[in-house]
Amino acid sequence: MNRRDFLKNSITVIAGLAVPLSALELISPRTLLARKEDGSAVRWAFLVDTQACVGCGFCVKACKTENEIPYEAGITRTWVERYVVTGKGKSCVDSPQGGREGFTSDRIDQGEEGHRELARDDVEKAFFVPKLCNHCESPACVQVCPVGATYQTPDGVVLVDRKHCIGCAYCIMACPYGVRSFHPVHKTAEKCTFCYHRITKGMKTACVDACPFGTRKIGNLRNPDDPVTKTIMSGRVGVLKEEYGTKPQVYYLALSREVK
Amino acid sequence: MGSHVWRPLYIAAALIAVVLVARTFLVPEDFGIHERGYMYGWHRKGNEAEWKAVTVKYRTAAYCRECHADKAESISRTPHGIISCENCHGPALNHPDDPPTLTIDRSRALCLRCHAALTTPSSGRAKIAGINPETHNPEAECTLCHDPHNPISSQGEALAKRHEEGGMQGASERGSEAYPSVR
Amino acid sequence: MVHGEAWTIKELFVYPNEYIYWTIQIVMYPFMTGLVAGAFVLSSLYHVFGIRQMKDIARFSLVFSFALLPVAMVPLQLHLQHPERGIEVMLTPHFTSAIAAFGIAFSTYGMIVASELWFVYRRHFVETALSLKVKRNKNLPERGRYLLFSALTLGAWDVSEHALAKDEKAVKVMAATGIPVACLLHGYAGFIFGSVKANALWTTPLMPFIFICSAVVSGIALCVLCYIVTMEIRKLIVGWKRKNDPSLPTPEQIKTVEMYEVTMTAKYLVMALLAALGLELLDLLFRDYAKFRSWEIVRSLIYGKDFVNVFVIQYGLGNLVPLILFLLPRLTVRRAIVATLLVLMGVFMMRWNLVIGGQGFSASFAGFMHYDLPIIPRDIETFKEGLPGAILVGILPFVIFWGLNKIFPVFKGEDSH
Repeated sequence: MNRRDFLKNSITVIAGLAVPLSALELISPRTLLARKEDGSAVRWAFLVDTQACVGCGFCVKACKTENEIPYEAGITRTWVERYVVTGKGKSCVDSPQGGREGFTSDRIDQGEEGHRELARDDVEKAFFVPKLCNHCESPACVQVCPVGATYQTPDGVVLVDRKHCIGCAYCIMACPYGVRSFHPVHKTAEKCTFCYHRITKGMKTACVDACPFGTRKIGNLRNPDDPVTKTIMSGRVGVLKEEYGTKPQVYYLALSREVK
Repeated sequence: MGSHVWRPLYIAAALIAVVLVARTFLVPEDFGIHERGYMYGWHRKGNEAEWKAVTVKYRTAAYCRECHADKAESISRTPHGIISCENCHGPALNHPDDPPTLTIDRSRALCLRCHAALTTPSSGRAKIAGINPETHNPEAECTLCHDPHNPISSQGEALAKRHEEGGMQGASERGSEAYPSVR
Repeated sequence: MVHGEAWTIKELFVYPNEYIYWTIQIVMYPFMTGLVAGAFVLSSLYHVFGIRQMKDIARFSLVFSFALLPVAMVPLQLHLQHPERGIEVMLTPHFTSAIAAFGIAFSTYGMIVASELWFVYRRHFVETALSLKVKRNKNLPERGRYLLFSALTLGAWDVSEHALAKDEKAVKVMAATGIPVACLLHGYAGFIFGSVKANALWTTPLMPFIFICSAVVSGIALCVLCYIVTMEIRKLIVGWKRKNDPSLPTPEQIKTVEMYEVTMTAKYLVMALLAALGLELLDLLFRDYAKFRSWEIVRSLIYGKDFVNVFVIQYGLGNLVPLILFLLPRLTVRRAIVATLLVLMGVFMMRWNLVIGGQGFSASFAGFMHYDLPIIPRDIETFKEGLPGAILVGILPFVIFWGLNKIFPVFKGEDSH
């Protein structure tokens, strides 16, 4: 083996080692989301400012109407949770009917346990948290669909094919956020679509438009000038249940540790 | 002779062939691996267009402004200017063609969505004037005294003053300034 | 009404879309596949390892395994919201899903059992068909039977010594390949649950092994039980018939329960039971020790709300008591019946506590859900996902077995094996 061959072989080996190493390199959300090699110029993401939410529930109502979910049905694509935390650290959560009628009473809905009312002086903090599908970058619900009825579009939205879904509920089981359900009429898996029919026409989602307080915002992560992208990149944002590795794409401002 | 042990295998092979043939007939042509790969993009491409084709019901304030510019302009100067018209007037759809008139929600329940006083010290709710729905004229419609299109009109200010005297929560603490222009 | 609303009771904070979506049918599904796999493994013990004492029970469990096979699929079909689309699992399988391979694993296994049965009974098919062939003036049912058995021979009419030896060898091969496939089929049912990371109770890599062990336990228990019961019933029928026709053999003369077969089989049952129990307790111990974020709610569920279901009915009555009954010396028929019944109930409760228990708490870890089992159906939904639907699934294998027994006679005297 002469020197030239030795060098050549060494370079090949090093290059070969370098490839898997670069694959192991931690990819920050920034590089991941700025990546455009898959051809899509759009990657939808959502921003929720929990401090702005007043619990009026207009978003839930608008979502149900816009997306043809029977209003009285016990499921909803988006909902608002109320957290009431006492000075002793005890926290109560409720979301009566998903908050579709807004929060109009201090009585906290505890399901079968009835209602619970905390003394005004005991309440240390109380706030509202809107929830919707996180349109994860690694959606567990899509991974487990046995027939390819749920999928992710190139712009990152997770949809369900109502003509193909067999209704096995495995996706509902796989979602750590509880955003999926069954549509009472179509009998197929039901979930938030980021109002795909609106955002692809240049509009905002129905919930964003219905919110008077700017709690909800939708934006394109691949556009660095998008105000939502700017907040997500430079602001102090959190996501829900990061430990499941689903890489959720609904970002929360002022996310409190009590939020489930 | 002696090949009879393979017969069940022929049947199995025939069954597999049947499934494979059935597949070519029953699976839509645009079904396959798309942009997000097999893990996340195994689907019928045509379904994306089906979702895009859902009817838009809420047309946003911009659509209302096309005809009701005067109203939109005057309301935009009040604290209620942040509320989308359709939140109270209902989804516009193709109004005025279909439906020709919208059903306005004037119910107390609608106003209470924001204006029922709650113990929520660390949320935006705390900044909104709130009443106790059980004690604040429970029988009356809100619109009897309040103008939703102009909540801080002179009438509104007088009300705010009365509230202050009556020790009404929310309004009492912040007077007419209790109607903040939230962002 | 939304699917699940009819039988879900929510307590404290539960996400609005959360309901008990997987109901009693999904309890029946692993229970039934478990019985299939267990029954097959039992029959293979004789065919592969040549444990000759288990001859009767082996043939019985092979046919029974085949009768259970279609029933393992019924609960899945019953729980689907669109059962008419179920075939899509075969047409557009998405193999990143644990469910997608079900169609393939299930049919592979079905074909193995079917071919093994074919090899075992080919001689019977040929002989029946030939005896019908020579018969003149066949009536309609006889003609039907003739056609059926001719078709079942698949055109292989050779019953020479040489051909039958080949059959015997093929049976051995099918039984041997069947064991791993049966374990795969059922271990895979365990993986369906074990891989759901969103469910704190289900997610564990031990799940497939727990499933396989408890499957073997339940399969053996059911075969022993059915074997004893059918033998006893036959004895009764013969005794009853003898009243009219004393020429028939006395109950003492006909074949009866072979106690050494039961004792032998019980030995395998005990081994599998100990393995299952060990794995389950290891899983529990690990959870208690590791104390993940979810442990608090899981603990309050299994040590609190579900205490009776888990520790009294499942581990106590369903595992410990039968273990003692089997281990006590001089096993009797009656004791074996009690013990196998308890074992079956224990395995069923293990599935119940897993499937229903796993949905017993909210993914928010801040509330609970209770499954209010529909007993009297109000509509098709509460029928399917309630007690009547489960009973239907439970009865079906016996009906199928009764039908299969006409084609594959389990109790007839000698054949090639």
